[in-house]
Amino acid sequence: MDKRSDKRVTKQRVKDTLTGWAFLLPSFGGVCLFFIVPFAVIVYYSMIESPLNHTFVWFQNFQNVLTNTSFVKASQHTLTFSATAVPLAVVLSMLLASLLESRIPGKSLFRTFFLSPLMVPVASIVLIWQVIFHYNGALNEILLKIGIEPIDWLKSSWSQAVVVLLFLWKNLGYNMILFMAAYNNMPKDLIEVAQVEGASSVYTFFMIKFRYLSPTILFVTILSLINSFKVFREIYMLAGDYPYEDLYMLQHFMNNTFANLDYQKLSAAAVFMAIVMILIILVLFVTESWFGRDIEG
Amino acid sequence: MKLKKPLNFAITALGFLVAALFAVAFLVPTVLTVADSFMTQTELTAKYGMVFPSGSGYMSQSVGLVFIPDKVSFSQYETVLLKSPDYLLKFWNSAILTLPIVAFQLVIAALASYAFTKFRGRVKEIIFFSYIILMLMPYQVTLVPNYLVAKWTGLIDTRWAIILPGVAAPFSVFLLTKFMRRISTSLFEAAKLDGAGEMTILVKICLPMCKSALYSIAILVFIDYWNMVEQPLILLSDETLHPLSIFLSRINQAEVGLAFAVATIYMIPCLFLFLHGETYLVEGITYSGAIKG
Repeated sequence: MDKRSDKRVTKQRVKDTLTGWAFLLPSFGGVCLFFIVPFAVIVYYSMIESPLNHTFVWFQNFQNVLTNTSFVKASQHTLTFSATAVPLAVVLSMLLASLLESRIPGKSLFRTFFLSPLMVPVASIVLIWQVIFHYNGALNEILLKIGIEPIDWLKSSWSQAVVVLLFLWKNLGYNMILFMAAYNNMPKDLIEVAQVEGASSVYTFFMIKFRYLSPTILFVTILSLINSFKVFREIYMLAGDYPYEDLYMLQHFMNNTFANLDYQKLSAAAVFMAIVMILIILVLFVTESWFGRDIEG
Repeated sequence: MKLKKPLNFAITALGFLVAALFAVAFLVPTVLTVADSFMTQTELTAKYGMVFPSGSGYMSQSVGLVFIPDKVSFSQYETVLLKSPDYLLKFWNSAILTLPIVAFQLVIAALASYAFTKFRGRVKEIIFFSYIILMLMPYQVTLVPNYLVAKWTGLIDTRWAIILPGVAAPFSVFLLTKFMRRISTSLFEAAKLDGAGEMTILVKICLPMCKSALYSIAILVFIDYWNMVEQPLILLSDETLHPLSIFLSRINQAEVGLAFAVATIYMIPCLFLFLHGETYLVEGITYSGAIKG
C-alpha cells in the first residue's frame, strides 16, 4: 500500500516537473537560441584568430580592443555620461518622490505630468530639443539678451550636458514612481516612534528611511544604468551617424564594427562589456545588501 | 507651536511651486511639438528658419518657442496623411515590428512566468537568475548574438531578425513572474482539486489576476520597441523596412513642417495607451520595485 502511494507521488512529481518545463520551453528555447548559445559562440570567437583560422589566440583580441583608440574613447564618453547621468537620475527622482509625498495639493496630476515623458517617443520631441539647443536656437537667444556669448550646445563640451538633460527628462518620472512606492511601504510607526523619541529628521532619514529605500535605490540605479546605455537613441536622433566627438558612444563604436564585419573585435568588445556589466551589478548588489542588512523584504 | 502653522503652509507652498516648475519643464517639449504641428510652412520658416534652414521666404532673426501658432492649419497633416505615402509606410513598418513583439512576448512570458511561479526548483531558479542577468545586458552586448543568429539563419535584413529576438527577450518574464509570485498558491491548489488542468488555471484564474501587470508590461514593451533605433540600424540594412523612429531623424532637417506633424502622429498610440492605462502602469511599475526577492 505504502509503496503504491509512494509510486503515485513520484509519478505526480515527474508529471509536475515535465509540465513545468513544457510551460517554460517556448521562452527558454527562445532565450537559448537568440542569446545564450550565440553568446557562447561569441566567447569562442573572441579568443580565436579569425573565422577562417580557428587557432586560439586567447586574449589577443581583447588586447586589440582595449588598445583601440576609438573603443577607449567611446568607453570614456559612455562612462562619463553614465557616471553623471545615473547619480543625478537617482537623487533627483528620490527628491521628486519625497516632494510629492509631502502632501502637496494636486499630487496625482503632478505624477501624471512627471510620467508623461516616458510615453513620448524620443523621435517626436527631439525637434524641440534642436529648436532650444541649436546655435541659433531659443536658449542662445535668451543668453544673448542678457549679454552672454552664445554657445554651440550640441557641438561643444556642453553636448553631453544637453544629452544628460534629455536623459533626465525621459527617465525621472519612472524612477519617481518606484521611489513613491518605496515611501509608501515604509513602516510609518517606526518613523513616528523615532520622532517621538526626539530623533532629528536627518537621523531619521539616514538611519531609517534610507535603509528602507536601499532596495529601490539599487533597482533605480541598475535601471538608470541600463537606460544610460540606451542614450545612443537620443544622440542618434539629435546628431545622426556622426555626432560631435564627446557624444561618440560605445554603440557608435559597435555600429562601425558591425559595418566592417570584424567579428573578432565585435566579440571581444561584447564579452568585455558583459563582464564589466556583471561586475558593476555585483558591486551594487553587495553594497545594497550591506546597507539593508537588518531589514527584511 | 503658534508659529508652526504659517511655517507649514510656507513649506507646502514652496513644495507646490517647485513641483509646478518641474511639471512645466516636463510638459513643454511635448506640448510644443503638438502645437507647432499646426503651423503653416510659412510660419515655420519664419519662426524656426534659423535652426532648420529649409524653405525660402521671410525668416525671423530670433528664434523663440512658439506655443500658439499665428494661424492654426491642418495643411501639414493633410500632406502627411494624403500626399506622402512614405510616412504612412514607415508608420506601418513601426507597427508591424512592434505589435507582434508585444503580443508574443506577453504570451510566452505568461507561460514561462507560470512555470517560474508554480513549478519552482533549483534549476529553474538558476534559469530565472540568468534571465535577470540577460535583462540587464545593454544592447551593445545582446545585439552581437542577435546578429550572429540572424546571419546563420539567413534572417538578416528581414523583419524577423528584429521580431524573433524581441519575442524571446526576458524583460516581461521577469516582471510578470514577480507579480505572479504575489498571488496566493492556495487559489491554484483549490482549482486543481476541482479538476482544472494547468492551462485552465493559468488562463482562467492566474492571468485575470495579473491584468494590471499584463497591461503595464504591454505598455512598457510597446514604448521600448516603438522607439527602437539600435536594432534596425544593425539588423536591417534595407531602409525601406526601417521604422518611423529612425526615419524621423532623417527628415528633421529637410521638411521640418512635416516632421512636427509626423512626430505628433507618432506620439498618438503612446499617449492613448498612457491616458487609457496610467493607473495600471503606475501599479505595474510599483510592483517591479526590486530585483531580488
